[in-house]
Amino acid sequence: MRPMTITEKILAKHAGLKVVTPGDLINAKVDIALGNDITAPIAISEFRRIGAKKVFNRNKVILVPDHFTPNKDIKSATQVKILRDFALEQKLTHYYEGGDVGVEHALLPEKGIVVPGDLVIGADSHTCTYGALGAFSTGVGSTDLAAVMITGELWFKVPESIKFVFRGKLRKWVSGKDLILRIIGDIGVDGALYKAMEFTGGAIESLSIESRMAMCNMAIEAGAKSGIIPPDAITKAYVEKRAERPYKFYSSDKDAVYSEVREYDCADIEPQVACPHLPENTKNVSEVKNVRIDQVVIGSCTNGRLEDLAVAAKILKGKKVARLVRLIVIPATPFIYSEAMKRGYFDIFLKAGAVISPPTCGPCLGGHMGILAAGERAVATTNRNFVGRMGDVKSEVYLANPAVAAASAVKGKIAHPDEVV
Amino acid sequence: MKFTGNVWKYGADIDTDRIIPARYLNTSDPLELAKHCMEDEDPAFASRVQQGDIIVAEKNFGCGSSREHAPIAIKAAGISCVIARSFARIFYRNSFNMGLPILESDEAVDTASRGDVLEVDMDSGKIHNVTKGLRFKARPVPPFMQELIKAGGLMESIRKRGGI
Ligand code: SF4
Repeated sequence: MRPMTITEKILAKHAGLKVVTPGDLINAKVDIALGNDITAPIAISEFRRIGAKKVFNRNKVILVPDHFTPNKDIKSATQVKILRDFALEQKLTHYYEGGDVGVEHALLPEKGIVVPGDLVIGADSHTCTYGALGAFSTGVGSTDLAAVMITGELWFKVPESIKFVFRGKLRKWVSGKDLILRIIGDIGVDGALYKAMEFTGGAIESLSIESRMAMCNMAIEAGAKSGIIPPDAITKAYVEKRAERPYKFYSSDKDAVYSEVREYDCADIEPQVACPHLPENTKNVSEVKNVRIDQVVIGSCTNGRLEDLAVAAKILKGKKVARLVRLIVIPATPFIYSEAMKRGYFDIFLKAGAVISPPTCGPCLGGHMGILAAGERAVATTNRNFVGRMGDVKSEVYLANPAVAAASAVKGKIAHPDEVV
Repeated sequence: MKFTGNVWKYGADIDTDRIIPARYLNTSDPLELAKHCMEDEDPAFASRVQQGDIIVAEKNFGCGSSREHAPIAIKAAGISCVIARSFARIFYRNSFNMGLPILESDEAVDTASRGDVLEVDMDSGKIHNVTKGLRFKARPVPPFMQELIKAGGLMESIRKRGGI
């Protein structure tokens, strides 16, 4: 039988096939289908328009109104109301609002809703995050979501895979975010268009789940369909106490076929910064000199997890944010929020002069809770620095890891963490 | 399907935030969205676009978020089809699903300038730049996608299959 990659195996399994080959069009069963307050209203209206009455499985359709939460205005509240009414009508098990809501891609793994070996679709481009658990997951649009809500199935084109091998040990202050920024800097924002990115090698094997999620999260920023990391003992430790369903570990065959293999030595990788206005404009942080900033955002589905807040707290401990720099910290879920509080991070952040926001996407997409004016510049631990992403079209966003973001807040300009600690 | 319209020409990596900024995503009303289509890239677009006009763009058009509001806004603005060197994959899927015609053609992109008149035949993939007197053939649309269009989009194909 043809050797397969982990991605091909998961797709084959869900399509009821023994083997698939890149380019094959398959119809596959979907384990989890996700929508948010921006994308689900359109899916729900399509669902109703064609006369559907019931979702295929009330445990498998997940609605998370996270983007404009707490509802920023009447229009967004109205959108959320559509989700809320639908969730009640369909008796959805997983609907999160108020004090239960978190940023979707942090919330689903944390709650054990997504498990290794799953096929997950979400009407949100960063659905690719769950590759960190060894699941195939990909972003789709609202109509695709509607189709899955009704049938539990969707068509897919089996993607080719690119393998990224990271050898050696990570340098200090370097995290999964830096590895993925480095890749995007090398291959560009369409460097993996239509493809699956598979991350492997010794450095990945010792990477935390949080860092793995940050990596897979940004696969879409290289144009990829999905990102995936073969599950291992670290994955098991994370999922075994959370998983709400049985899970399965898949792995790539030794002689599986890749369209390309790229190798990196981690000794060469320092913290990265993606300069405006594309995630591919990456530089080593030491090369970004004298960039004054007005705002720092630490949060999002990329870097709003406990590990990220821990690093920020380590750097901010006993320090003050530079004058007139707004530091906004957004724990991604209620669990992360309360854990960070218990561990004393909030004291550190507040003493440093930060604003702590409830879990929300908020400023990440220029929604609310920290919008930039023309001419303002931010460092953000988010994933996109497109024109106008966080506010006015004449504002600028620099993407970085939480350590760089925290250090930059203290310095008032983009800074290497070593300059502060 | 045949279209004739004037070209609106854009560069590479036009992301969905530029097609329809997130600040307007608290609604999914097509006409509301159309008012702000391309606003951060080309503030003149929404007020000047004519019914049937055609967007021609460089590589990776529609990259970024999965918002179906992007093809919805473009279609509601009156654009008949988008021709690009390549499309980001979620945008590509969304366009077929909700019925915005899209084509890939390097030559058409290389030669088109803003304001050129193009004639596009979706069924054959033929593109005629009337202003410049040039004719091209777009990359063929995969048969599966053609079927989807014939069925009237993804939702109609589900209805026909008896999915509900
Ligand atoms: S945190 Fe940002 S990137 Fe992540 S889901 Fe929310 S808006 Fe999208």
